[in-house]
Amino acid sequence: MAQQTALADIHDEGGPKPDSAVVRDALGVGVAVGLSGFAFGVTSAGSGLGLLQTCALSLLVFTGASQFALVGALAAGGNPLTAAAGAFFLGVRNAFYGLRLSQVLALPRAVRPFAAQWVIDETTAVTLAQPTRRAARIGFTVTGLSLYVLWNLTTLLGALGAKAVGNTDAWGLDAAGPAVFLALLAPMLKTTTDRAVAALAVLLGLGLLPVLPAGVPVLVAALAAPAALFVSGSRSGRDRTRDEAPEETR
Amino acid sequence: MNFWIAIGATALGCYAVKLAGLLVPAGVLERPMVRRLAALLPVALLAALTAQQTFADGHALVLDARAAGLGAAAVALVLRAPFLVVVGVAVLVTAGLRAVTG
Repeated sequence: MAQQTALADIHDEGGPKPDSAVVRDALGVGVAVGLSGFAFGVTSAGSGLGLLQTCALSLLVFTGASQFALVGALAAGGNPLTAAAGAFFLGVRNAFYGLRLSQVLALPRAVRPFAAQWVIDETTAVTLAQPTRRAARIGFTVTGLSLYVLWNLTTLLGALGAKAVGNTDAWGLDAAGPAVFLALLAPMLKTTTDRAVAALAVLLGLGLLPVLPAGVPVLVAALAAPAALFVSGSRSGRDRTRDEAPEETR
Repeated sequence: MNFWIAIGATALGCYAVKLAGLLVPAGVLERPMVRRLAALLPVALLAALTAQQTFADGHALVLDARAAGLGAAAVALVLRAPFLVVVGVAVLVTAGLRAVTG
């Protein structure tokens, strides 16, 4: 979630960094974010998914925004493949994290299928913030392991807790999902283009809700992204370079 | 059964894109247009999802306690509160308002 700032900081730190400092940073992120699996477990169970289904999502999908999106779409009565498509498009960003990570970590090909499941926002942020390859590998492993274990443990506890609580809406737990999305979205809104895309997506998502089948308005709203690229692409090239700048600082 | 189909498809798709990033040669994804699209896609999806899960009730748009909860979460974000606090504030305000208004 803090990947943008971490990207900018990657080469700022000079000199070797003690392994213990890397482990401490990694555990800080892993534990803090790992605990929010509780919110997912509660939301998923409150959306009507079973205990096994909720835990399967955290074990097998393991990328928070996609998991929240999927259970939200299923709760709204969406077609399973439409719901999965929305979750998938949210997960596409992980491919770009993997691209950076494979350069920084220099993993042997045989290890990559195992490391892949941990390629998410948080591990990328920690890994790219490290000054050396050794530190990056420690950071990736410790963040990935602590986050994976805790996220799955708290998912289980959240799902069990929701069953015990009964009506999760009375506890305001239906607000957890959108709050998670908002918290993920906020740091991404840096340029005018970002905000225009978000505003257009909100209009499309809400405007089409009454007329299209559940899950479909979100997919149509995703078209705000290529639409904005098309518009900014047909404006002057200088605007485009300036918009790209924050991402290129690495 | 439908839920399991959705879970299976999401798990396969999300794992495939993670692995693809680690396996494909850098040049394929490093085109500026592709990178910009990848950065903007989550912005559009998250914005639409936030709005829908705040204001949607089936196919109808409603204004209920969730909107107040999200407003509180937005304030927490502006104050740079940690992730869990942002989510917790949204839940507490939503529950509190429902308890008061019945």
